[in-house]
Amino acid sequence: MVERRPVLNFVQHFVLILGAAIFAFPIYLAFVASTHTGIEVNRGLPLLPGDQFFQNYATVLGEGLSTAGAPPIGLMLMNSTIMAMAIALGKIAISLLSSFAIVYFKFPFRVLAFWTIFITLMLPVEVRILPTYEVVAQLGMLNSYAGLSIPLIASATATFLFRQFFMTVPEELTEAARIDGAGPMKFFRDILVPLSRTNLAALFVILFIYGWNQYLWPLLVTTDESYYTVVMGIKRMANAGDSLPEWHLIMATAILALLPPVIVILGMQRLFVRGLVEVEK
Amino acid sequence: MADITLNHIRKVYPGGVEAIPGLSVDIEDGELCVLVGPSGCGKSTLLRMVAGLEEVTGGEISIGGRKVNDLEPADRDIAMVFQNYALYPHMSVYENMAYGLKNQGTPKAEIRERVNEAAGILGLADFLERKPRQLSGGQRQRVAMGRAIVRKPQVFLFDEPLSNLDAKLRMKTRVEIRDLQQRLKTTAIYVTHDQSEAMTLADKLVVMNAGRIEQVGPPIALYERPATKFVAEFIGSPPMNFIPGHAGADGVTIGEGVKLDDRPHQHGEVSVGIRPEHLVRDTAGPLSVDVRVVERLGASGNVYGWVEQTGSELVASLTDATLPQPGETMRMSVDPAMLHLFDRETGDRLD
Ligand SMILES: Nc1ncnc2c1ncn2[C@@H]1O[C@H](COP(=O)(O)OP(=O)(O)OP(=O)(O)O)[C@@H](O)[C@H]1O
Ligand SMILES: [Mg+2]
Repeated sequence: MVERRPVLNFVQHFVLILGAAIFAFPIYLAFVASTHTGIEVNRGLPLLPGDQFFQNYATVLGEGLSTAGAPPIGLMLMNSTIMAMAIALGKIAISLLSSFAIVYFKFPFRVLAFWTIFITLMLPVEVRILPTYEVVAQLGMLNSYAGLSIPLIASATATFLFRQFFMTVPEELTEAARIDGAGPMKFFRDILVPLSRTNLAALFVILFIYGWNQYLWPLLVTTDESYYTVVMGIKRMANAGDSLPEWHLIMATAILALLPPVIVILGMQRLFVRGLVEVEK
Repeated sequence: MADITLNHIRKVYPGGVEAIPGLSVDIEDGELCVLVGPSGCGKSTLLRMVAGLEEVTGGEISIGGRKVNDLEPADRDIAMVFQNYALYPHMSVYENMAYGLKNQGTPKAEIRERVNEAAGILGLADFLERKPRQLSGGQRQRVAMGRAIVRKPQVFLFDEPLSNLDAKLRMKTRVEIRDLQQRLKTTAIYVTHDQSEAMTLADKLVVMNAGRIEQVGPPIALYERPATKFVAEFIGSPPMNFIPGHAGADGVTIGEGVKLDDRPHQHGEVSVGIRPEHLVRDTAGPLSVDVRVVERLGASGNVYGWVEQTGSELVASLTDATLPQPGETMRMSVDPAMLHLFDRETGDRLD
């Protein structure tokens, strides 16, 4: 749509900028709060950044909050990153393979297998969280990275997406590969996975953020501080008991917790956008 | 180098569609065999069975004396060119051509040498680093050919490889394929439904109809002595005219005693086949034709009209100088030796 009408142009930009501002404002406030002392913040939030930036962030990263009984943020950030990475990569690996099997191999109960996977789409983590907890506890996986990530890895959504994508890959390509002497796994590695590249990137971003934002599950399976994730950490800090929450440090943590997903998105941006809008010809 | 033998090949698709009820043909070493026939007659099915992409329900396929029914496509020593080329979109032209060799475990240096050689033959040397989507249709077609020839297979299989090209390029590529195949002396099976492609390329032409072979032979033989009305109609352009007639002791007549041939026959009611290019204008000719449409092609032209005496439709190819005007009535004759007589019921050739 190409239209050359100045007024319309102005209105469009105004609406877009307004929208962006509405989204960005809370983040700006969080940033501002993270650069003042706790006293100033609790007195009423200033609108301009203060001078406590380095001090607040150093405190948060190095020492952690004594009142919250949480470890330093550095460790929590690392825990979150490990968990989110394991979930994203694990989900992708498993769903790639399972959709490969469903689309390209004939085995008994193939359709049943697909529908079983499909139906689990309707069961979010929260619904099966207690039985899952029971299993993980009995396997002795509480307070471990495995316990944090493995139960969240199985993914009907990703399997479904890859299945749909694989079904759009022309059959002649499979046949050409067969004639070229590529066995099933070679075909998978040399042709299917490279063709799914943009889908992989898009999915990785989405799944990383999904993993990063997990709250309930880490809360259940970790009692050892050294396995706390950053999302949990923020919540714990806000529950400061009798004393006032240290908002300046909480906000600094929140800003830090934003960074890894942002980095992932920026790193994958080109592929991510392409994966969302087009299937490569 | 190898011959191909198809012995009573049968194909029933799951669901019970019998695409090929039982078909035998021998293709000699170095021969280019063209399969033609109308859409849905089973050409692709047959080719894909030779390739190993489709299971054979019955019968035996052998390549170079070796039974291949149960071999994987990669083990049959064949290469195939697909109608839509089926290039790997994420690989460069070089990688596309090298992929098959790489899977065979060919040494890198040899792969490089063979790909470069093939690229040289096909004029692809400048495109080796490009991706398929950065190529024109004709160039993609060449890459598909290149992918087939680098493997130096015993058999080439082509499934309508030119049908996505424009008319001019199609003709050019047709000549190149013929030239390449003769130089490499590789046995080839070529599927098309374009009869001019079939005529010009084939050493052996196989006309198929509903999964059966109608006739096999050199293209000229099929043109000169089509064994059935179906073949007669399929080979030649514009297609042969058929006029109901009588072939008895007094010769071949159509309508009310219009005599086309004096020599006696004993066939009775027949269908008389006349190729458009064998009709000539002749003021003393037996046929009287009402001209409806005239197509001028340059050196020659096609005349569409009706035979006045029988009401049958007729097409004639005439040299430009002898073309009539639409609406005119003209007399025409045909060399009696060029008549084809077919059984009206079965469509089989009678002489
Ligand atoms: N996978 C399939 N399952 C069932 N029937 C099939 C299948 N593939 C082809 N057929 C049937 O087999 C017959 C032959 O098909 P085939 O593709 O060989 O025709 P073709 O001669 O190649 O036609 P075209 O010139 O249109 O490509 C057709 O009647 C078709 O409907
Ligand atoms: Mg076909």
